Amino acid sequence: MRGEGAAAPAAVAQGSGRAGLLSRESVRRFVQGDLASVRVVLGLALIWIIFQSQNDRFLSAENLTNLMLQITAIGLISVGIVYVLLLGEIDLSVGAVSGLAAAVMAVLNVKHGWSPYLAIAAAVLVGTAIGVLQGSLFSRFGIPSFVVTLAGLLAWQGALLEVLGSTGTINITDPKITGLANTFYSDAVGWIFCAAIIVAFAAVVLLGHRRRVAAGLAGESVPTLALRVGLVAVISIVVVAILNSDRGVPLALLILLAFVLGFEYIAKRTRFGRHVYAVGGNAEAARRAGIRVNGVRVAVFAIAGSMAAIGGIMAASRLLAVNQGSGGSELLLLAIAGPVIAGTSLFGGRGAVWTALLGALVIGSISNGMDLLALSSAVKFMVTGGVLLLAVLVDAIARQQRQAAGRV
Amino acid sequence: MSSNGALLELDGVSKRFGPVQALDRVDFTVHAGEVVGLVGDNGAGKSTLVKTIAGIHSADEGRMRFDGREIKVSRPQDATQLGIATVYQDLALCDNLDVVANIFLGQEEVSPGPGEVSRQLDEAKMEHRAGELLSGLSVTIPSLRTEVGTLSGGQRQQVAVARSLLGEPRVVLLDEPTAALGVPQTKKVLSLIGRLRERGLGVVVISHNLANVFEVADRIVVLRLGRTAGDFKAEQTTEEHVVSAITGIGEGGNDRDVGTEREEEG
Repeated sequence: MRGEGAAAPAAVAQGSGRAGLLSRESVRRFVQGDLASVRVVLGLALIWIIFQSQNDRFLSAENLTNLMLQITAIGLISVGIVYVLLLGEIDLSVGAVSGLAAAVMAVLNVKHGWSPYLAIAAAVLVGTAIGVLQGSLFSRFGIPSFVVTLAGLLAWQGALLEVLGSTGTINITDPKITGLANTFYSDAVGWIFCAAIIVAFAAVVLLGHRRRVAAGLAGESVPTLALRVGLVAVISIVVVAILNSDRGVPLALLILLAFVLGFEYIAKRTRFGRHVYAVGGNAEAARRAGIRVNGVRVAVFAIAGSMAAIGGIMAASRLLAVNQGSGGSELLLLAIAGPVIAGTSLFGGRGAVWTALLGALVIGSISNGMDLLALSSAVKFMVTGGVLLLAVLVDAIARQQRQAAGRV
Repeated sequence: MSSNGALLELDGVSKRFGPVQALDRVDFTVHAGEVVGLVGDNGAGKSTLVKTIAGIHSADEGRMRFDGREIKVSRPQDATQLGIATVYQDLALCDNLDVVANIFLGQEEVSPGPGEVSRQLDEAKMEHRAGELLSGLSVTIPSLRTEVGTLSGGQRQQVAVARSLLGEPRVVLLDEPTAALGVPQTKKVLSLIGRLRERGLGVVVISHNLANVFEVADRIVVLRLGRTAGDFKAEQTTEEHVVSAITGIGEGGNDRDVGTEREEEG
């Protein structure tokens, strides 16, 4: 409470001293906040080392490409989950919604002969509509999102069985739909994507820097900017090199990246995203600031439903079929666990969309590695449960530390 | 009631929460370039009155006029659009957002571009403007990108005051603006209130601290048990008069009946 006395002399020189204080602030952020992502990357490296030491095919180009294909559906569903978590809410229906949407697409395309584009659009709309319905029930009537979406989990699973009908399984043969998860680009096209990503990222960083300088604000130092661009460039080049040495860059990975980047942009750079963080941080403050809190909530659940549908479509495309188990088993819990493992808080207001990608990578690596070692289902379930618990534990401990440091 | 040049005028405003009559036919005016101190005991209805003006609660009865026009304020946005800004006692800040984001919460600047939804936040412009606002208040915050949750109570108060000035309001309502502040910070906020008056704004200050109120207010309105219990020109009255109006005991109390009601309640 009484820090002002000591801070007063420094404040006199606020204008000139800001750069120095900023760097101290960035050190604090690194220690308290961004350390979470460093921790996850180190954890991922550890997981990879362990599995690689047990089976040297784990880090082969073929298996890493498979890993990318395996995480697409979970990562896409997690993108929507991140938004729900930012509100401090939960959506337990996303697994069932992904299955139902895939079934709707398959039935419309295979049984009713709809064009693949229309069938996909209808499936996504089903997800959106379900999200709007659940979000409205939650925000209008104040029913906890946990309960609304738990009811949804059951209801949409029933709807999945209804839509599939007596056959129980629908095989997808339309090349437009199966192509989503089974298209690979040539080496040259892969490198063009790689260059485009690097150039686009550098442009965004430089433009942001120039805008800050133009507004008379302290920009980041040139080495820091170069480091960020360099890091993204190295990662992109390594990933494309690995993928090119197998089948090439998969379309599925580009779809996942596009959604992650798009929704990261919305979360961090747009008015709507800012309002999502505000509602998750302090809904009453957001309301008093004139933010339509219920509108934000409904929109977020609509995003979660839509992304679940898109994830379900990608999963169906990869499996070439929709069946009664689509969207079931541990898909839901893994989609929630991923972002939490990677640093998005279950308590609302803290997190980032890219944790969906990083979390899916961690979860996918564990799952893929255990399959490669041919572990029994008994072991796989227990390990997965342990990882989920660990993630939640880490989040809770981080929250306690923030509170101990006076940050709520 | 005289309405000669009043910027904000409340006429017989009542508000009831279940069995509690929080506001009972309250009349209240603020003129441009005037600082009104709103005082009263705990539960006298000060915060309810401010929240009614700010659109958090809507009045059950009574009329409100702003700039001579009859208005209806049923949502916080209505008040903001009219030019009535409020700084609440609990500050209503998002602890997980930084100083700039909190100052611009609900009024974010966006870069020009297509699409209402996809337009990019103009962070540089907001940070620049936030820096101007805060340095205008001589505010001492290490970095504008600090999360508000890490700031001291005094710094949080200053962020909240700065935020209220963002929309160029014509009336500013301050609910206990100095309660959480040390002596030097209190002086800064009081001189800031003086500057708001010089700019021609109407300012309403709720405070328990009568010394602060006398230092800054032109007029002092006393609420007691939801009713107007006194309206004094600050130059022409004394703390004793105001205190007796607040407590309903001794000289200066306009309505002695209220005092007995209060004893029954206690």
